[in-house]
Amino acid sequence: MTTQTSTWATKVGLARMLSGGVIMDVVTADHARIAEEAGAVAVMALERVPSDIRKFGGVARMSDPKLIEEIKEAVTIPVMAKCRIGHIAEAQILQALSVDFIDESEVLTPADEEHHIDKHRFAVPFVCGCRDLGEALRRIGEGAAMIRTKGEAGTGNIVEAVRHMRAVQKGIRELQGMREDELYAAAKELRAPLAVVQETAELGELPVPNFSAGGVATPADASLMRQLGAQAVFVGSGIFKSENPDRVARAIVKATTHYDNPDILAEVSAGLGEPMHGLELGEIPVEERLAVRGW
Amino acid sequence: MASPAPALAESPAPDRRPRVGILALQGAVREHVEAVRALGAEAVLVRLPSDMAGLDALILPGGESTTMRRLIDLYGLREPILAMARQGAPMLGTCAGMILLANRLADDEEPVLCLLDATVQRNAYGRQLESFEADLDIPAIGDEPLHGVFIRAPVVSELGPGVEVLARDEADRPIAVRQGRVLATAFHPELTGDRRLHRLLLGMIDR
Repeated sequence: MTTQTSTWATKVGLARMLSGGVIMDVVTADHARIAEEAGAVAVMALERVPSDIRKFGGVARMSDPKLIEEIKEAVTIPVMAKCRIGHIAEAQILQALSVDFIDESEVLTPADEEHHIDKHRFAVPFVCGCRDLGEALRRIGEGAAMIRTKGEAGTGNIVEAVRHMRAVQKGIRELQGMREDELYAAAKELRAPLAVVQETAELGELPVPNFSAGGVATPADASLMRQLGAQAVFVGSGIFKSENPDRVARAIVKATTHYDNPDILAEVSAGLGEPMHGLELGEIPVEERLAVRGW
Repeated sequence: MASPAPALAESPAPDRRPRVGILALQGAVREHVEAVRALGAEAVLVRLPSDMAGLDALILPGGESTTMRRLIDLYGLREPILAMARQGAPMLGTCAGMILLANRLADDEEPVLCLLDATVQRNAYGRQLESFEADLDIPAIGDEPLHGVFIRAPVVSELGPGVEVLARDEADRPIAVRQGRVLATAFHPELTGDRRLHRLLLGMIDR
């Protein structure tokens, strides 16, 4: 029996195992235990949730390895961690820590304004954000094994997540409607590798799982994103910035599984207390928006 | 509170397509649905006890066992699954599904369904960095090796007397086993196009 570790199939395979689930941002080992107990399929180990990153300002970087180790110790579900866009060294450190997935994330301050990480060179799988199909396919070309639409992290406002998911799905439908010889020009317009464009046109979906992030604050938000085509949801500030994190976490897990069952959605949405406050997009100056980071 | 046992299909007409339930709380559900449909059977997503009426077989997919074990009880699925097993419906558990089926789990973790007389160790190979692919010899499904994808995979660390080993890893540990009509694999047959294990499951349905 010859074995091969860290292959493309094992990277995309882990992403497939997380389908239908909720990945929760946690900033302490206690949060991580609450998330696991509530039914999260994975946790994202962070020093600050996005809404606090927004408030705190300054340069947002990879989390302290000590915190990541504590969170790894606390739970048995997969642990993810974020590195800055283009920060190869932070990614190497996260791989050395044996995290299960690295998020090359616009929520942190970018380290490179031109290049993303060559993710094929890493043994650990990566997830990257996107706002449209071209961005998704460029990241897959660089080796991302999972895509998440960006939304606008730390706002508790679902509008950007919806915009980005609809843009990706519409882009895929357009590719599907094209003749084979039109895909060359499409690849040029999408600024994405031809092979990935052709594969997407043939499959009628991204070649890797497509999750949703950035703005999910309620069970209904999670259901909405699933109905628009997200295979799973990331929830950041929406849980631990709500009045009752444990109940909100459980409700969002139920809403993600039963996203197409309005009776269950009604039941789990009742009496959750105050959700995170939330931000209207107009209140955020364009230069402070996180989704525009990444190229 | 025990939920009422769902009725199994009553002696199906020979030309009726078998109905295979796939536990759809989270995980690689879609991939099992595709495998079941490719073999001409009907795939039924199981999220609530009411989804389980008239099923001929059940698949417990890969995913996160820690998550699934919580959701099984949250939605009252444990008793209906056990009732199906008592009535002799075949079951296939892959990766997380193998963990859910086991009578015992390593490190004194509480078992879930107890339908397989074996001790299963979770994440036996390590974290994601140790996930791997390998060609496996499984004589029960033919001479051609099956390509196995192992993701944060478990292994069987101890076997009860009635359990047959279908395949072993390099360290000689069981990674595919069968006890009566319960099949379990440490790897993910749903991630490759090889349908032979799903065919084995369908072959165990009483016709």
